[in-house]
Order: sequence, then C-alpha cells, then structure tokens
Amino acid sequence: MSGFEPAFLSATSSSFFDLVSGLRPDALPTPGHAGAGVPEGTTVLALTTAEGVLMAGDRRATAGHQIAHRRIEKVHRADAESVIGIAGTAGLSLELIRLFQLELEHYEKIEGTPLSLEGKANRLAAMLRTNLGLALQGLAVVPLFAGAELAGADSPGAEPTARAPRGRIFSFDVTGGKYEEVSWHAIGSGSGPARSALKRLWAPALETEAAAIAALEALADAAEDDAGTGGADLVHGIAPVIRTVGPEGERRLDEAYVLDLAAAVVERRRAGAANRGEAAR
Amino acid sequence: MTVPFYVSPEQLMKDRADFARKGIARGRSVLVLGCADGILLLAENASPSLNKLAEIYDRIGFAAVGKYNEFEGLRQAGVRYADLRGYSYERSDVTARGLANAYAQTLAGVFTNAQKPYEVELVVAELGTAPAADRLFRVSYDGSIADERSHVALGGGAEAITARLDAGPGDLAGLGLREALAAGREAMGLTADSAHLEAALLDRTRLGASAAQSRRTFRRLTEEELA
Repeated sequence: MSGFEPAFLSATSSSFFDLVSGLRPDALPTPGHAGAGVPEGTTVLALTTAEGVLMAGDRRATAGHQIAHRRIEKVHRADAESVIGIAGTAGLSLELIRLFQLELEHYEKIEGTPLSLEGKANRLAAMLRTNLGLALQGLAVVPLFAGAELAGADSPGAEPTARAPRGRIFSFDVTGGKYEEVSWHAIGSGSGPARSALKRLWAPALETEAAAIAALEALADAAEDDAGTGGADLVHGIAPVIRTVGPEGERRLDEAYVLDLAAAVVERRRAGAANRGEAAR
Repeated sequence: MTVPFYVSPEQLMKDRADFARKGIARGRSVLVLGCADGILLLAENASPSLNKLAEIYDRIGFAAVGKYNEFEGLRQAGVRYADLRGYSYERSDVTARGLANAYAQTLAGVFTNAQKPYEVELVVAELGTAPAADRLFRVSYDGSIADERSHVALGGGAEAITARLDAGPGDLAGLGLREALAAGREAMGLTADSAHLEAALLDRTRLGASAAQSRRTFRRLTEEELA
C-alpha cells in the first residue's frame, strides 16, 4: 500500500525531532569530516526590556584566520513568541535552528496549542543532548534562547495593565544543561567584553530603542576585542540582527534603523577617542 | 465444520460503502469556499476544542467530517508528512496535490484491507496567489478523489449546501471575508449568533510574508470577525 508511511499514522510523539530521528536519521545534521576550515559564528546577546526581551547578534563567520561570511544571521525567530541565537560551528548552528523552528511548529500543529516557554527551552536542551557526540568532536553549538511571557496569560479575564510581558532568557551548554539568566546574557567568543558592557548599560525596563543601543554598544565592545566578532559594517551597510519579543509577538528591527543607531554608536566612540587624544597619536 | 457464507465482491464493497456513508451522513456539515481574501473553512461543531478544521502547512488547510478519532489520526499523519517533506526539500515543495494523493492511497487501502472502512470524508485546500490558483481536493472514505472548484461541502447536508451556493450569490471569488462568511453561513443554515460555528481562514494577505518571518497563512477567526 502506498500513501502515508505507517509511522505517520501510528506515531504517538508530538516531536518533529523524534520523527526525523526515527524515519530519516540521515537528514539530521552530522559533522562528516570537520577540519579547521569550518566557518564559526561568534557573539550573540540578549537582555530583558520593558517590552519583553531583545536579542542581537553580529554578522561575521570566521574560518581559521579568514572571514568566511559577512552577512550570516545568527539570531532567528523561533516562533511567534520566542527567538533563538547560536554561537558555534555555523553550518550545524543553522541546521539546529531550522530543526528547532520546525520542532515548535510541529508541536503546535499536532497538539493544537503552542508549547510553554519553559517547555520550548527544555526541548532545546534535549536536542542539544542528542548532539553531544558532535560536541565531543569539537563542533560545539551553543544556543541562547529568549521569549516573553504575558503575566497573567493563564487568566484571559485579567486587566490589560496586569498583562505586562516578562522577558526570560535561557542559556545552554553543550551537554544540554539549561540555565535561566537574569536580566542579560551573552554567548560566543566575544561574550566576555559584551557581558561587561551589558553589566554597565543594562537597567530595569529599558525601552526598545535604548535596549537596542545597549546591545549595539556591547557588540561594538566585543568586535573591538574579538577577531571573530564583526562590528556594524557601515561601509557595506551590514547591521547586526536585532529581534525583539513583546506583547505583539516577535519582530525584527528594520536593518536601516539599526544601521542608523549603529552609526550613532560609532560616532560617539570616535568623538570619545578624539577627546582622549587617541586620534592625534 | 462450518462453511463461511459466500459474499460476492460487489456486495462486499457495497456493504462497506453503505456503512461508511451512513457514518458520514450522521455528522454535521463542513464547508470550504474560496473568496478574494483567502480560503474560508467553516464547520458546524458544538465543541470548541475538538476541531474539524486544521492547519497542515503554510498554505494548506484540512477539513473533515465523520469519526473524530479517525480523521484526527489522518490529520496528524498529514502534518507529519508535510513537515518531513518541507524539512527534506523546501517549504514551497509541499503541495496539496501530493498530500491529497497520500490521503487517497491510505483511505483506499483501509477501505479494501481493514476490518472496517474509515467513516470520514475530508478536504485538502491549498491557497494560491489568486482565487483561480486555489486548489480544493475532496477525498472520500474509499479513496476516491475529486478536484473541486470554488467551494465544497461535506457531511450530512452537503448536497443541499452545494445547491444553495450554486443557486445563490454567484461569483464567490470576488467576495471579501465578511461577505463570504455570510454566504457560507446562510448556505449552511446557521444563524449569526450560533455558537456552534468553527471558522478558519487560509489568509491570502499573509502570502507576501518574507522568508525570515512566518510563512504560515492559516488562522482561526476571532469572535469579533464572527460577530
């Protein structure tokens, strides 16, 4: 009998990852032969805002001492209410993101209702755990996951004012460990300088524009100290990717707008350097 | 030793078809119609959570009548088929034609081989860029498949609904969501305040979404839209 594969009719799991693992294990990302020439991605950060949460990532992928790509996107929409960013081996990262997006969509369609934010984070941890073999071969993929929960979302009758969104950020390690972060977090090779900058710049209930500027400052700090992180490229018009999750759901900030903010950040830094007399030397 | 009765293949098929048809006719009706704003899916359904209308993929919707557990299993199989295909190739490579064929083959296999046929009838709808490019496939309990134009009704009062729509407002393809909803309601004999209406739309206005955003067009209509 042709038609559906028997597993389609008899499966009991709501997980797309389980479905692919069972039916098409060869379609899952595997490292094959990995060398030094594999492109890697770098700084991704997230912070909570008045609106919910904001995530930003630079656009550079490096392979050894070469810049492999200038326009790679490391921050993606996970679903309508969450975002995911990944640092690590670029090819695997992008595949894992695609798989995770489908995992959430598949669950939502099969069950008729989306997973809770915590549930999504747990699924991501489980998927990383099954990739542990890859991590041990040095192909680490480390995601950062964030979303916003409407406070009182469980009670539809709640007053609109009581429904202020609460941003939540989850980080992970290669073994599938899941850690909830408070206020802000950064991952990747430029995460050190980025975290220092966020520690300085983060404040409770930042408006989206202020939060975007803080994120761009942190990325600029990371780009100054880390070869693997690219700053805003004003020459080619390439801005970091910034996505937010708020009461209206997930959206990406317009690239031209981000480029304007980034140009202002660069200009402030240039003026600051000139004041310190660095430019004269 | 008992000898089993001989039943001719014609009689066997007829009995099975009668059995399935009776089960389907007991169910309340479902109507799928194409309009300017998209493809509207309507179902008479007393339950707010046991849905008869569902999303399969970006541009593909599903509507069914009959036994809930049977079409629910088929719906989930369709989601698995579509998601796996879209993952292996590309999202635009998932088509209603392929899905409807898989449904037809599966239903035909069950009809001839299983203990009892499925008591279901379903529609696979695919949204096009214009009403003329919409695809509506009706798949029956025995795996027979039909390519319908403009609108298709299933379930108990299906023939009456189809007749009313054919005689009624004329060109459905030009109607907006509100008018199409009103026309569909009238054809189904449902009043505006009926709480038993389940309604969803494959929204044509969402077709232009960029690849970075969601390409899913299926949405359930809100209470304001139904009022």
